[in-house]
Amino acid sequence: MKINLKSILTIILGIFAPLSFSAWSDINMEPGATQLSQEIFGLHMFVFYVCLVIGVIVLAAMAFILFQYRRKEGVKPAEFDDSKTLELTWTILFALILIGLSIPATKVMIKAYDDTEGEINILITGHQWKWQYEYIEDEVGFFSNLSTSLDKRNNLAPKDENYLLEVDEPLIIPVNTRIRFLITANDVIHSWWVPDFAIKQDAIPGFVNTGWTYVSEPGVFRGQCTELCGQYHGYMPIVVKAVSPEEYASFIIGKKEAKIQQALLTEKLWEKSELVTIGEDIYQKNCVACHQVSGAGLPPIFPALVGSDIVLNGKERQIEILMEGVQGAAMASYAEQLTEVEIAAVITYTRQAWGNDEAGDGRIVLPKEILDYKNNKL
Amino acid sequence: MSAVIESNHDDHHHGPAKGFSRWLYTTNHKDIGSMYLWFSLIMLFIGGAMAMVIRAELFEPGSQIVSPEFYNQMVTNHGLIMVFGVIMPAFVGFANWMIPMQIGAPDMALPRLNNLSFWILPAAFGILLSTFFMEGGAPNFGWTFYAPLSTEYAPPTVTFFIFSVHIMGASSIMGSINIITTILNMRAPGMTLMKMPLFVWSWFITAYLLIAVMPVLAGAVTMMLMDIHFGTSFFKAAGGGDPVLFQHIFWFFGHPEVYIMILPAFGIVSHIIETFSRKPIFGYSSMVYAIASIALLSFVVWAHHMFTVGMPIAGELFFMYSTMLIAIPTGVKVFNWLSTMFKGSLTFETPMLFSIAFVALFTIGGLSGIMLAIAPADFQYHDTYFVVAHFHYVLVPGALFSLLAGAYYWLPKWTGHMYDETLGKTHFWMSFISVNLTFFPMHFVGLAGMPRRIPDYSMQFADWNMMVSVGAFLFGLSQLLFLFIVIKCVLNGKKATAEVWEGAKGFEWTVDSPPPYHTFSSPPSMETLKA
Amino acid sequence: MNSTKRSASKLVLMTCGMFCFGFALVPIYDVFCDITGLNGKISGPTFTSYDQAIEIREVQITFVTSNNNKMPWSFKSASPQMRVKTGEDYLMNFTFKNTTDKPMIAQAIPSVSPGRGARYFHKTECFCFEQQFLKAGESITVPVKFIIDPELPKNIASLALGYTLFDVTEEFANLQALN
Repeated sequence: MKINLKSILTIILGIFAPLSFSAWSDINMEPGATQLSQEIFGLHMFVFYVCLVIGVIVLAAMAFILFQYRRKEGVKPAEFDDSKTLELTWTILFALILIGLSIPATKVMIKAYDDTEGEINILITGHQWKWQYEYIEDEVGFFSNLSTSLDKRNNLAPKDENYLLEVDEPLIIPVNTRIRFLITANDVIHSWWVPDFAIKQDAIPGFVNTGWTYVSEPGVFRGQCTELCGQYHGYMPIVVKAVSPEEYASFIIGKKEAKIQQALLTEKLWEKSELVTIGEDIYQKNCVACHQVSGAGLPPIFPALVGSDIVLNGKERQIEILMEGVQGAAMASYAEQLTEVEIAAVITYTRQAWGNDEAGDGRIVLPKEILDYKNNKL
Repeated sequence: MSAVIESNHDDHHHGPAKGFSRWLYTTNHKDIGSMYLWFSLIMLFIGGAMAMVIRAELFEPGSQIVSPEFYNQMVTNHGLIMVFGVIMPAFVGFANWMIPMQIGAPDMALPRLNNLSFWILPAAFGILLSTFFMEGGAPNFGWTFYAPLSTEYAPPTVTFFIFSVHIMGASSIMGSINIITTILNMRAPGMTLMKMPLFVWSWFITAYLLIAVMPVLAGAVTMMLMDIHFGTSFFKAAGGGDPVLFQHIFWFFGHPEVYIMILPAFGIVSHIIETFSRKPIFGYSSMVYAIASIALLSFVVWAHHMFTVGMPIAGELFFMYSTMLIAIPTGVKVFNWLSTMFKGSLTFETPMLFSIAFVALFTIGGLSGIMLAIAPADFQYHDTYFVVAHFHYVLVPGALFSLLAGAYYWLPKWTGHMYDETLGKTHFWMSFISVNLTFFPMHFVGLAGMPRRIPDYSMQFADWNMMVSVGAFLFGLSQLLFLFIVIKCVLNGKKATAEVWEGAKGFEWTVDSPPPYHTFSSPPSMETLKA
Repeated sequence: MNSTKRSASKLVLMTCGMFCFGFALVPIYDVFCDITGLNGKISGPTFTSYDQAIEIREVQITFVTSNNNKMPWSFKSASPQMRVKTGEDYLMNFTFKNTTDKPMIAQAIPSVSPGRGARYFHKTECFCFEQQFLKAGESITVPVKFIIDPELPKNIASLALGYTLFDVTEEFANLQALN
């Protein structure tokens, strides 16, 4: 028996000795970047210490009792089985402790529910499996996708510090500005969580929830979706970059210019190779999850693109699928998420890749055709 | 066929039939109790195997052994099986064995219903597990199955899942009706309600909870079924429904359900601590009132699972305060157990070891529960591993340890053989160490920001997750030892006496070990308990 | 044995009662939301007059339009934001455009955030809970008229009115087929 226990302990210690648990942030919440998050952190630590003290007292009392009253020769157990005063005392004691906890908790709660004006309003929409950000006042917006490569996820490339916590386009906010987030979802329930802001707000289809923040120092803040939203729930991180108001202003101007540029792009003359290059990039970001890098899909739920009649011949149906999604299947509409150029490019890519150009009609799709589809002229 | 029924009829008076028909047709509370216990043990290994898959996937960052889709199926079914297939049936098994024996009744009040409520259970889990082999795969929307992920976006097998939940619910409800009826009508003369053993009390209240909330769950899944197949819009925003309503209904069931899984544990542990302290339980009546008030409070705290759905502040505060109130009766129970041991004459056999671990680790789970009740702080804890750590602390070293403690405590009574004490203690120490190794670091990664139900995670959580996985594998392995101990005990344990444990009180210790197939054909007298 | 039967039947009755209660939670929830504004779905009782003594103030209103999954229409408010005075009538136009080549039916579901402000957001004219039927390429502009109750709690300085557009073509077609 003793040898057994000892050997078990040795094994455990042997396994964990090489691991180093250094950073405090690996085992505790962090104060975060806003006044609210710091107050919540303070509340957390207060409640934690109260619980720790109670826990230590209870466990120490227990250890004492277990040791002191272990069976001894000739010692008879006591026979009492009741003490109304004692029971009343600790009931009241518990009640007092709880009141002591609830007062600061209520104070922080009231601060968290602040509905004063936002200087900047940002609409956050959860999609399976990405976030969409729209700057309401400036009417510009974009999608934010996980940018960690599949190679890293499949252990084919080394992982770095921000593994699974990096996106292609972070949300940019200015510092020293009151920002209100309006949070909703497009399909199932998601939850937008940035620990450094102490915002965790469910994104529910058909509902608009509110959260707000005020960041005083520039920085990059990372979070994740925290409501199970389907198979890639673990792969829709959030990255928020707080920048100076000047930088923010130029970011918004850039976005507005890009929007105009986009409109111009759709009128330009395109080369096949250009579209394939853009399309491949879009495909890697948006399509590989279901249709796979090889285009083989995961039948029967996610059909193969290789050798598919829709991809080989007559491009109209393929455009329609990209624009409308497929009713009753996992395929969603990309009309809102991708630009005309991107949709045209990704269709062109699938019609050129994996030998589809040999097997099918190999026609390319131009951004104009997508625009036309949108305008109902097709 | 008629021959079988006839022989079965005869057996009713003389003893068990032989072969499979004994188990299929039995109306004997001991047979049914054993079947419940074996069933939950089998399910423990199935649900446990799923936990092993989860921990293997999370052993290191990066994709390991299963796809994210299959991972979600594992998470969902691990939860469903552990809740509905392990903890609940195991407690019903204990109730079947022990309630009639503890109140001096010959059997359960409704023996045929008893047979039915057991036998539909394997059917329910057969259906649930069969979805793994169907197109679209098993349910993958978490054991809390929030709409619309579980309705519009669910795999086609959701219909089988709904059917299976209906059957599980029916089984629990029938079991509860039986238990309440038995307790109300079949107590030995002189056993007033306030003289009932605490295990009986805890089940009496639990059974009422089950009758109150299992039908609500049935209603919730029925609404899902109608939304999916009959075009209603209970949870569809497009038709004027509300997905948040689903969460309210689910947690109206779900929170009492949490207590359904812990109240009988309170009963079991009270008996064991009393026996091995050689001292009567401290504050019997406050124990009863504490259980009753926990049960009542459980109906008004449900929305603390939903602090982040966007409730108005008044709602947040109400549910925060009501949740904190639960700490009072729970604290009373812990202090009463400590006071029972105080000035006792303690010995540390395996059941006592598990019970002590129960009190200690349940206290940790209770304290993290208080932290979670603090609504503003819960914005940071919600749906992280901190929550996973919390509820595993109350369900594994809580509910599961009490079941193991109870099993060791009553195994000699059930089988007539002593289990191997050395192996039992080995099992305890392995379980105790590995359970903490598994679940304690989850607090850390949760606070550091790791969301639950994710198949892969960022580098900062890597070290602790590896430790958790090793702990989990060790815990899984330890339970195989338990299976060995039980089989060894049944086959060739030492002969047990009627009393088994020195100082054990209650009717069950006045009959032989194992008890005759039919105990107490005439009701025992309360006088026999005095000595 | 009789008492056993009695207890058992009482418990069966209780079970049935609780099953019905599960369904009763649906209307109970609606009533509860009406009172508390829990889900931001209600609009306050018809607004007639208000206490003139209450100070008029300015509130920021943000309009949010979003499409649910697979809904291809374009759906926008004339402007994303406006500042309004409490107690006065305002109007905001919303434009729906069916960008597909088939006729479709859509429904916009409103939601006010914060939820507790919902009962002070009086919509005197609204397309909430009305289906929009548009032929291919057709578009329509519909106004929402509203008044913000001067009794709006002081600490709410901004309200968001969100509409989510759902495609209900199939559901509605089914309904019509049934009729």
